[in-house]
Amino acid sequence: HQVLRIRTKNEEEVKQLQLLESLEHLQLDFWINPSAPALPVDVRIPAVSVQSVKAFLESQGIQYSILIEDLQDVLDKEKQDMVESAQRQRSSSSFDFGAYHTLDDINAELDHLASEYSFVEKIQIGESYEKRPLYVLKFSTGGSKRPAIWLDAGIHSREWVTQASALWIANKIASDYGTDESITSLLDKMDLFLLPVANPDGFVYTHTTNRMWRKTRSKIPGSICVGVDPNRNWDAGFGGPGASNNPCSESYHGPSANSEVEVKSVVDFIKNHGNFKAFLTLHSYSQLLMYPYGYKCTRPDDYAELESLGRAAASSIRSLYGTTFQVGTICKTIYQASGGSIDWSYDNGIKYSFAFELRDTGRYGFLLPANQILPAAKETWLGLKRIMEHVRDKSS
Amino acid sequence: RAMELPPGHFPAARAAALAVGYLRYLRGGPSSGLQLRELRRARLQDIDDVGHKYYLELELEDVLDKDRTVSCTAEVLYQLGSKSSAPDVQLTVQGELRSTEEADQEFYNRIRSLEKELVAENIPDSHGNVPPELEPIHLLAWAASGYVIWQNSTENTKFHLAQVKHVKQVKRNDEDLQFDFVVLLHEMVSQEVLPWEVTLLWHPQRGARVPQSRAMGAGS
Repeated sequence: HQVLRIRTKNEEEVKQLQLLESLEHLQLDFWINPSAPALPVDVRIPAVSVQSVKAFLESQGIQYSILIEDLQDVLDKEKQDMVESAQRQRSSSSFDFGAYHTLDDINAELDHLASEYSFVEKIQIGESYEKRPLYVLKFSTGGSKRPAIWLDAGIHSREWVTQASALWIANKIASDYGTDESITSLLDKMDLFLLPVANPDGFVYTHTTNRMWRKTRSKIPGSICVGVDPNRNWDAGFGGPGASNNPCSESYHGPSANSEVEVKSVVDFIKNHGNFKAFLTLHSYSQLLMYPYGYKCTRPDDYAELESLGRAAASSIRSLYGTTFQVGTICKTIYQASGGSIDWSYDNGIKYSFAFELRDTGRYGFLLPANQILPAAKETWLGLKRIMEHVRDKSS
Repeated sequence: RAMELPPGHFPAARAAALAVGYLRYLRGGPSSGLQLRELRRARLQDIDDVGHKYYLELELEDVLDKDRTVSCTAEVLYQLGSKSSAPDVQLTVQGELRSTEEADQEFYNRIRSLEKELVAENIPDSHGNVPPELEPIHLLAWAASGYVIWQNSTENTKFHLAQVKHVKQVKRNDEDLQFDFVVLLHEMVSQEVLPWEVTLLWHPQRGARVPQSRAMGAGS
């Protein structure tokens, strides 16, 4: 079937078309009926009548053009579009962000996000001790090595609300780019790198064997105990107070700084990139928003700005459900702890270094009910966004 | 002579957690659970040859009825050099939370009439679920843990109940209910998760008592 657009020059031609319209055996379907010379006439012509209608128009000197060469093609494409869209709808709503997932399911969702959004890319920055890939989502709308923000979750594997929140946040950022002013202006100026499962070996172990596992799963020479606390393993006051030299301890710092491949991979990535402006990390539980230092109890040079920004972020968090986060340095707020990631990032020139401890304050602790994942993710996102907006404004 | 402490800093937070643990033991039952809503104020007094005394003003809520709160003033004394005796806690609670008499009695009757002794594991489960019929057991474990937390806390520890690994009811000839728990306590400073065996006796009028408790072997 073809669709023609006919341009009549005078009343006489309009009358001819009206005559054509009356010939029912042609089975013409006028999308725009002939009425006045100034208006175009669109008509769908069944295949069998196409030649004779065209012959008629040409013999009358009536001008026409082909609007749609092959209507079936158009219909087929449209149907395909609709099927694909429905599939996307189904598959994007088939990942339940309000539930806890296995590592395989999380990795599948990362693939899905990367395939659905052109500015989202899944990259591998290394491998865990047990050879699982360390996947990072890169959010970049262009440029070349734009100033960047780092966000990680799940470095302590039992803190399940953090990996879950990171997934929701990834989807939030991807789906709101282009409609949310803040996210759009952020990604138009900066890149974001998100590592949702920083300790995949530990995470799998919490699913298969011990829900309370915190550390990596590396074998320690000379010990029957397994694993290093990855947040005592960074090169910042390494081996100092607040970390244990006992391999069987939950806060064992490891044989040397960066001994854990999960830590080294991130360090190398960030150093090679060279243009990170913020380093943000998610933990649970306690509802705290902290900045350096942990390895020493003195204030960082940027204390005033970080304290002020921290308070603003905590205020944003509280605005949603009334959840209160305490703000302060690691050392004053929770304990002195050496070898931590945000101390390393700060001492390596990444000023905006913050560690979040998400819900709750101890009623469920690590075993936060799944129905609190979305509230936790949403309120945390407001705090992160507040910080990112500040970083964006200071980086331009 | 008492120094003002920032409520958001850890020394005050640790003392508050201890006070709340103790209060949970005193007041705990199957139908209510006290939780810290806010630490309003904290002061510290260093008493020569005695120890460190914390003066705390707390606002508490019942996890099952969050619209109401009560105030509590607490004095927590960590005794000098004492590894074997529990910190001394003195509390005054102002105000009343909702009465749990009816719910407590209902629970008591339900458990007493069970043919087979109650046994359960992993409360909450890995996903944070607690089946509604086990919520009272969860709250009793909270009371039992409160005792252990009170007895074993120092200025360098902050304990929370991480999970009830196992619970077994033990039928008794007297009127108390007895539950033998294995609880996992999360200690925040060392980040260790420590298994403890705790026996809890409970009666609607007599409340909770822990006749025995012990730390289990290393590793879980």
